[in-house]
Amino acid sequence: MAAVATTQHDHAHVATHDAAHAHDHAHHSVSFIRKYIFSTDHKTIAKQFLSTSMFFLLVGGAFALFIRWQLAYPGEPIPIVGKWLPDTLVSNGAVQPGFYTQLVTMHATIMIFFVIIPMATGAFANFCIPLMIGTDDMAMPTVNMVSFWLVPIAGLTIMSGFFVEGGTAAAGWTNYPPLSASGTGHTLWVIGVFLVGFSSILGGMNYLATTLNKRAKGMRMFDMPLTVWALFITSILQVLGTPVLASAVSLLFVDQVFHAGIFIPENLLTSTGGLFPSGANVGAGGGGQPVLFQHLFWFYSHPAVYIMILPIMGIVSDILATFARKAIFGYKAMVFALMAIAFLGFVVWGHHMFLSGMSPLLGTTFMLSTIVIAVPSSIKIFNWLGTIWKGNIHFATPNLNALGFISTFVCGGLSGIFMAIGPIDVYIHDTYFIVAHIHYVLFGGALFGIFAGVYYWYPKMFGKMYNETLGKFHFFLTFITFNLCFFPMHMIGVGGHMRRIHDPYVYEFLKPFQPINQFITIFAILMGFSQLILIFNLLWSLKFGRTAPRNPWRANSLEWAAPAHPGHGNFDRDITVYRGPYEFASPQSKRDYLPQWIRPAHVEAGQEVAVAEKH
Amino acid sequence: MSSALSLAHEPVTGIRHGKLGMWIFLASEVMFFSGFFTAFIILRNTNLPVFAHGASELNWPLAALNTVNLIVSSLTMAMAILSLEHGNKSKFQLYMGITFLCACGFLVIKYIEYTAKFSHGIYPGTSSFFGMYFTMTGFHAIHVIGGMIPIGWMLAKSFTKRGYQDWERVEILGLYWHFVDLVWIFLFPVLYLIF
Repeated sequence: MAAVATTQHDHAHVATHDAAHAHDHAHHSVSFIRKYIFSTDHKTIAKQFLSTSMFFLLVGGAFALFIRWQLAYPGEPIPIVGKWLPDTLVSNGAVQPGFYTQLVTMHATIMIFFVIIPMATGAFANFCIPLMIGTDDMAMPTVNMVSFWLVPIAGLTIMSGFFVEGGTAAAGWTNYPPLSASGTGHTLWVIGVFLVGFSSILGGMNYLATTLNKRAKGMRMFDMPLTVWALFITSILQVLGTPVLASAVSLLFVDQVFHAGIFIPENLLTSTGGLFPSGANVGAGGGGQPVLFQHLFWFYSHPAVYIMILPIMGIVSDILATFARKAIFGYKAMVFALMAIAFLGFVVWGHHMFLSGMSPLLGTTFMLSTIVIAVPSSIKIFNWLGTIWKGNIHFATPNLNALGFISTFVCGGLSGIFMAIGPIDVYIHDTYFIVAHIHYVLFGGALFGIFAGVYYWYPKMFGKMYNETLGKFHFFLTFITFNLCFFPMHMIGVGGHMRRIHDPYVYEFLKPFQPINQFITIFAILMGFSQLILIFNLLWSLKFGRTAPRNPWRANSLEWAAPAHPGHGNFDRDITVYRGPYEFASPQSKRDYLPQWIRPAHVEAGQEVAVAEKH
Repeated sequence: MSSALSLAHEPVTGIRHGKLGMWIFLASEVMFFSGFFTAFIILRNTNLPVFAHGASELNWPLAALNTVNLIVSSLTMAMAILSLEHGNKSKFQLYMGITFLCACGFLVIKYIEYTAKFSHGIYPGTSSFFGMYFTMTGFHAIHVIGGMIPIGWMLAKSFTKRGYQDWERVEILGLYWHFVDLVWIFLFPVLYLIF
């Protein structure tokens, strides 16, 4: 490969060719453990993040199906797995109330901390940033390795809660004290979240340093693809937001272990040993502030929403431009919109707490700042539409998922405005309306974007093409079942269906919702099993997929200059950037795309086709 | 492949990767301790008597000694960097040694303070003030220990045959060490001096 590039492209290579080969051989001696387990190569780490998150996706998805089963058919044994679960969790195979609260807690915890965040940042930032800015690896490869290995350790810590007395964390994923201020399961949750947060900080710090320091020759900040921009801005959120969560859970830990009364209100005594061990003099030394925890928690966890969605916005921008064969509409506006969303994300956390007790004046402030986020978000939506408008749209699987993202994200964004408005939120707070909203933005938004990215970069990750038919089948099945599953939740939410309730039908007014719940459950199950198509496609194509060309999508950004399945060091030629990442249908070129790395001299001579495609 | 190509060129910003990473990490650390200070302020305002009483039980002369201790160690750290930059190995060892000893001294005094509290039956669960006190000083002490490990490693390495020359790395460690010092400069008045 190096030889091909040398003759075609870069005369300087002739001299260094032999050296390159010698170095190549040196890499072959890397031991199995260093190469696949404790690897410092960013692509391997990205794949580790991806596979770990895929595993957790299945676990979290299974939990969701247990929840759905209980809501549709309360008291009936869970099919297939019900009889295998221990009696502490199920009675006659049916979900017990305690298990139900653990399920809702762990479903959200896993999906947020171990699926969406590690996928959106861990997998994509690791894979894309060095390749897209044309460098060999991260700025701090060892830190990067540590950042990955903290995730499985944290995951095991949290999951081990299922095996301790009292079960795992059960206070909801937000784990508000005082409910979360006792029990081993909650302590394990705190430790796990602390570790996964540390992983996030180390990752973010690495992505920032890499983007700032390791861009290829000629690449200015405003020559970066939007994926890199989005990940860069996300990293700032990770670095500044996550430590506040770490301090919040550290204080919660002190409350759990020592009953210090930092978050536990005064005189919350349980001599009977209910919530706290009998005799524990909880909060005797002054009243704690449960709402303080909520402030600290949401100071991280609202920006975390943007940690989960901004990378996806970047990925979708690149995919839409590539498959519409058009430059992204308003590149700089897109960058500034990302910055605006990130900044506003830090000043809106209070909108999660309208019902927690807050000065109405402060509530109004949070309400306004929240609604303002609609402005940069709309800029992005309109620019995406502007990008595909009159484009030469190719409906390949990545693009289908990207379009699916836009439609569901708009829907989720609009339902968000309902919740941003205090007086309306008072009514729909903690109902299924918010469950619908969060799944429209985090499943419909983030996960469709992640699917799009996985399909889009699969050829570069593994050197093989995925199966297009299966990919399309997976998308349409997921998209249809997704909407049929989550859209009705808006309606039962407005009808008053609570967010976390083991058996809603103890209330007369919720009984008419059971058929709707059954409808939702059927499509939730179908949606869950549709994901097996994705897993099958990814695994099957590893072995039987068509060998991928260097640049299967005829895209412009630098990762496609690398060999089809890049080895350690990524590139087989020197990279210099001559133009922005969205030069589609450029009048300079005969082809409808003009990659960033093609020399102007080659373009003038009409050789860009040969240089870009002949590998 | 990479070393033969010029992909791994000089840092674009002109700042070494590790140093840039450290600045970013310190920004993160500022937010971490900010969370604690925020919680402290809120709790103090709602539990003034408890906090005033708690603070009066702390041993401020010992903490003042520790403040001097850390400031001295910050100074010697800066001088160690300068010595190594000028290639003065013995002075580097001297100043780095003093830095390490100061850090040890800090932990010893902290240990004396903690054990005195425990012997009076004061634990993190005694009141919200002591919950905050032990959390904040505890995390700070962990940071001190976290700094002592590379300090000790660099010092030990400089006594080996090959020696230790990478003064820029010491400078990066110095950034961290000054930050740890700075956190204490905030902790000392907030915890010990406000009654």
